Amino acid sequence: MRENDAMTPSTRDHATGWLMIFPALTFVAVFSLYPAMDSFLLSLYSEFPGSERSFIGFGNYAELFRDPVAHQALIVTLGFVLLSTTLELLLGTGIALVIHERFKGRGWTRAAVLIPWAIPTVVAAQMWRFLLNDQYGAVNAILFGDQVDAYVPWLADPWMAFGAIVLADVWKTSSFAGLLILAGLQVIPDETYDAARIDGATAWQRFWHITFPLLKPALLTALLFRTIDAFRVFDLVFVMTQGGPGDATQVIQFYGYKTLFTEGRVGYGTTISVTVFVALAIFSLFYVRTVGSKLLQREPA
Amino acid sequence: MTKPLRPALLSGILLAVLGSLCPFLWFVLTSFKSQIQVEAIPPTWWPDGSVGFYASALIEHRLLHYIRNSVIVAGATTVIALVVATPTAYALARLRMAGKAWILGGLLCVAMFPHIVIAGPVWQILERLGGLNTHWGLVLPYVSLTLPLAVWILTTFFQELPFELEEAARIDGCTGWQALYRILLPLAAPGLFTTAILTFIYAWNEFFFALLILTDPEHQTLPVGIALFQGEFTMPWGEIAATSVIATLPLIIIVLLFQRGIISGLSAGAVKG
Repeated sequence: MRENDAMTPSTRDHATGWLMIFPALTFVAVFSLYPAMDSFLLSLYSEFPGSERSFIGFGNYAELFRDPVAHQALIVTLGFVLLSTTLELLLGTGIALVIHERFKGRGWTRAAVLIPWAIPTVVAAQMWRFLLNDQYGAVNAILFGDQVDAYVPWLADPWMAFGAIVLADVWKTSSFAGLLILAGLQVIPDETYDAARIDGATAWQRFWHITFPLLKPALLTALLFRTIDAFRVFDLVFVMTQGGPGDATQVIQFYGYKTLFTEGRVGYGTTISVTVFVALAIFSLFYVRTVGSKLLQREPA
Repeated sequence: MTKPLRPALLSGILLAVLGSLCPFLWFVLTSFKSQIQVEAIPPTWWPDGSVGFYASALIEHRLLHYIRNSVIVAGATTVIALVVATPTAYALARLRMAGKAWILGGLLCVAMFPHIVIAGPVWQILERLGGLNTHWGLVLPYVSLTLPLAVWILTTFFQELPFELEEAARIDGCTGWQALYRILLPLAAPGLFTTAILTFIYAWNEFFFALLILTDPEHQTLPVGIALFQGEFTMPWGEIAATSVIATLPLIIIVLLFQRGIISGLSAGAVKG
């Protein structure tokens, strides 16, 4: 007890603080940090179902380097990330501009826009799969009506199937991007626009010269979040295409899943996942370093 | 104050609302069709209002069973994540400690991990603990996955509360724990509620880990059931639509009731970072 009395409030704070943080750190350490490190170790071994585990150093990485399926998966993933994040930022900006305005029924509009975000991805995937169905789908019915012969089996065509995954993702997550951008719009004071309005600037000029520059931090945040998330796309592919037709929609996370859990090739599967992890980490660090530090300089608050 | 709607804004609103709702409305309509209507070519638009697909989803596909599993897993995840995240967020927001920025930044990094990179080892840990095909085996990784966001949102909420309240309590001899539970927690109730909603939605919707950990249909959650829906000969689209509508209904209600909290919670997590 005497020891305790001798402690200054701040050292006591320190002890209480660590005690308060301890359970959360334990969870994250056991179920995120340790698994990530363990994956890295596993990637240095060769392990098949029914075979002994043997250390092969960076052998798996050498194989990955030569694996054409992995290259294809990487290209598909990058294409998906680029296309979906671009569209989501554009649509998200539009959504944010709309739900930022004051009008009667704004609460309902915001709720409606949030619904795709709230829907389970698996449900969204089944929904788009059915909408794009070659016989019973609404998309064919809208495009071709009674001309049944013209109906397109969208998910059977490599490019169309890729487009379908992008479409489903854009539908599902544009509103999330919109919310992040909305947060950026809300910190721009209304007075900023007054002078421009008096000078007779058009709505577009006001957006381009005032809103857009001030919105950049929010846009860049949304870009980072969406990029990282798009790299992890899995549910849509699993439900809509199973990576097909051929390997046209096989994104890297799905290839990793198949290698690791369906084929049981633990060493090679973790090598794929660790490579994605490292690439994302480098991208994020680079992004935060370059973009993030510029933002901080501009915005001292 | 409401101005008359400009045509540009009105069309923006219509586009956003119709684009968000129409695809799902088609699924809702499908769920109230008969089998003949679902398989009509070209498709029929208006359903005859039959509830046959709901009945068959409930009886033949054991929908209630999946709902029960989802409620257990999402509920337990929400409670545990809140209990663990609240003291953490309080300490990070209010106590004088070294390394706080590192912990917050580290949590954000962990939230960005690709799930596939932790999936294999998590599966092995659970296999050793006997957690495969159990509810708690899924709840443990879910808590870990939702903690970073929960801590971030709660930390921003705690930071916004006035310091004076707590100072007074500390001078009167309250410990950190007492200040948290007696004074800050009641004030932070809206923040706790928002965090609970976001955690619940995450756990209700999560598919990847649920697919890996729950291979036995006895324990599977709704997303796994929906993704693995199989018919004997053809895809049972009507049942899939009915199940999807039921799985989505609680989320739609949550969004309608708590739209404001969700928007502020999500932007708090992002903008302050």
